[in-house]
Amino acid sequence: MGIILLFAIPAAAFAGMAVALVGVIGWVLPFVGSHSWGAWAMDPWFQALIKLALLILVVVMPIASLLTWMERKQSAMMQDRIGPNRAAVLGWRGWGIPHFVADALKMIFKEDFVPAKANRFLFTLAPLMAIVPVFVTFAIVPFGATACWSQMAHVVTDSQVAACTDKVVLQTAPGFDVGLIFYFAIASLAVYGTTLAGWASYNKWSLLGGLRASSQMMSYEVTMGLAILGAFLVYGTLEPQAMVIAQGPNPIDWGIVKQPLGAILFFTAAMAETKRTPFDLPEGENEVIGYFVEYSGMRFGIFFLAEFIEVVFLSAIMATVFLGGWQVPFLYTDGFHLGTHFLPVWHGIVLLLQTTAWGLKVILFCWFQLLVRWTMPRFRPDQLMNLGWKRLLPVSLANILVTAGVVLALEAWGR
Amino acid sequence: MEGAFKKRTSKAGVIVSARPETLSKATWLPALAKGLGVTMRHFFTNIATGKDIATIQYPEEKAPYPHRYRGLHRLMLRDDGSVRCVACMCCPTACPAHCITIVAEETGNANEKRPAIFEIDELRCVVCGLCVEACPCDAIRMDTGVHAHPTEKRFEAVLGKTDLMSRGAQSIATQGGKNDWRDTEKTP
Repeated sequence: MGIILLFAIPAAAFAGMAVALVGVIGWVLPFVGSHSWGAWAMDPWFQALIKLALLILVVVMPIASLLTWMERKQSAMMQDRIGPNRAAVLGWRGWGIPHFVADALKMIFKEDFVPAKANRFLFTLAPLMAIVPVFVTFAIVPFGATACWSQMAHVVTDSQVAACTDKVVLQTAPGFDVGLIFYFAIASLAVYGTTLAGWASYNKWSLLGGLRASSQMMSYEVTMGLAILGAFLVYGTLEPQAMVIAQGPNPIDWGIVKQPLGAILFFTAAMAETKRTPFDLPEGENEVIGYFVEYSGMRFGIFFLAEFIEVVFLSAIMATVFLGGWQVPFLYTDGFHLGTHFLPVWHGIVLLLQTTAWGLKVILFCWFQLLVRWTMPRFRPDQLMNLGWKRLLPVSLANILVTAGVVLALEAWGR
Repeated sequence: MEGAFKKRTSKAGVIVSARPETLSKATWLPALAKGLGVTMRHFFTNIATGKDIATIQYPEEKAPYPHRYRGLHRLMLRDDGSVRCVACMCCPTACPAHCITIVAEETGNANEKRPAIFEIDELRCVVCGLCVEACPCDAIRMDTGVHAHPTEKRFEAVLGKTDLMSRGAQSIATQGGKNDWRDTEKTP
């Protein structure tokens, strides 16, 4: 029963999410845009705004806030406990899900305390500096293929989609060439949030926590960038949508098969970026005091939420670069191809399946991050730096070298 | 950290050699995979069957106490419902925490006294059970299986005779013992 629920509930949730995303972006926007009074709907700026808002409101925020529940429940299951199950909405306990509402209410109504000598402006700015970059980075995440409104109820091929006049790409910033470089650029801004929080609190311990956070995040950014370079070499592009298309629907071609070492290195380094448990010495909830020790109420809540959104984002990037993004195994644009067998599927259904698959991959990586977070003990600072600079960095450099060699060799021999 | 694993001579002149740095240990991955396997096994077992879960949902379900659990004190009763205690002062004497206060009074019966005041300060009580062992006539017991209740004022934790007797019951022991102790010695 529990196992069935474990798979059925996320699948149903993400199918609904896919209906919302594909429905609004693939159907409503072109429908409005097809009228003379609604030409603004096809404006790329307006579309980007709608896509980002939908992505944040329909996918990211629900997952991030449910992750607070999932973390507590999953850790309970891993530790032979039951976990939260007391909060109830109108008597409905729902396996503890109402707890995240209770948590949010508590955060909002708690006293918003600012230390007497703290710099009020920076103190207020820091949580925003931590959370805004994580939202912005979602602009590059592709959550589906290209939707062609007039062909929704037909079986179409790639060339037909490309020729479509009212097509909408299911990605906030389509054709954004710098792609993942943008992610690295924006993600490194999040360091300012943590360091500012430590600095502005007028507290020695939070300052030290902020320093630990900045040293850790800067060290691991190097490895993170180098680890994913192998994937760039394999796909020949930086643009996430193009990377997903380059991976194709066959799981043999996905990044995790072609770049297993790169996947592990990137996942490790990016987990260090999210500052969660094996690498949580910047905040260290109970022993080493962290950079947000002076924060209370919703200001702390924003840091907390930013951390979970980072988890979702890391999962989205892992899914995009190493697990085929929105690709469903063996589902091509016109339907399922398996060997000589062919099952034609309508364009609209294909899009829904692909977006659902993307959501499930994201939640799979979220689950795996929580699993690691509740399995590993915390690193010491020296272990952390040793791991980052002496192990991950050389190995990622070697990974680039070997990958480049293999790519060159394959090109030279004409595949 | 690596330095700690090299062979070196300690201050006592003992050559310390660490375990060799193998590839599996250096990458940390096999140990990590093993640990993830353990947690994953627990996760899926508990999701599917919940058979490993040790939690007791306290207010709804309670763990059964051991048979000899020492709960709140109670004073046992005679057949007519009066207190069984004869105010012999054995229990306040035995009590290591000095939590029992007895003030005796006459009963009109030349053989026995009875407690006018019998108070136990449950905040001082260390729940050792020595009072029960000391009692010669099965008047005090700690077999209620009830915790000392939380109180708002300290004096509320001092239980008087009425409280203690309210949990009481009739003892199966014969009040005043059998006949003479010399008689019981003769009959095996």
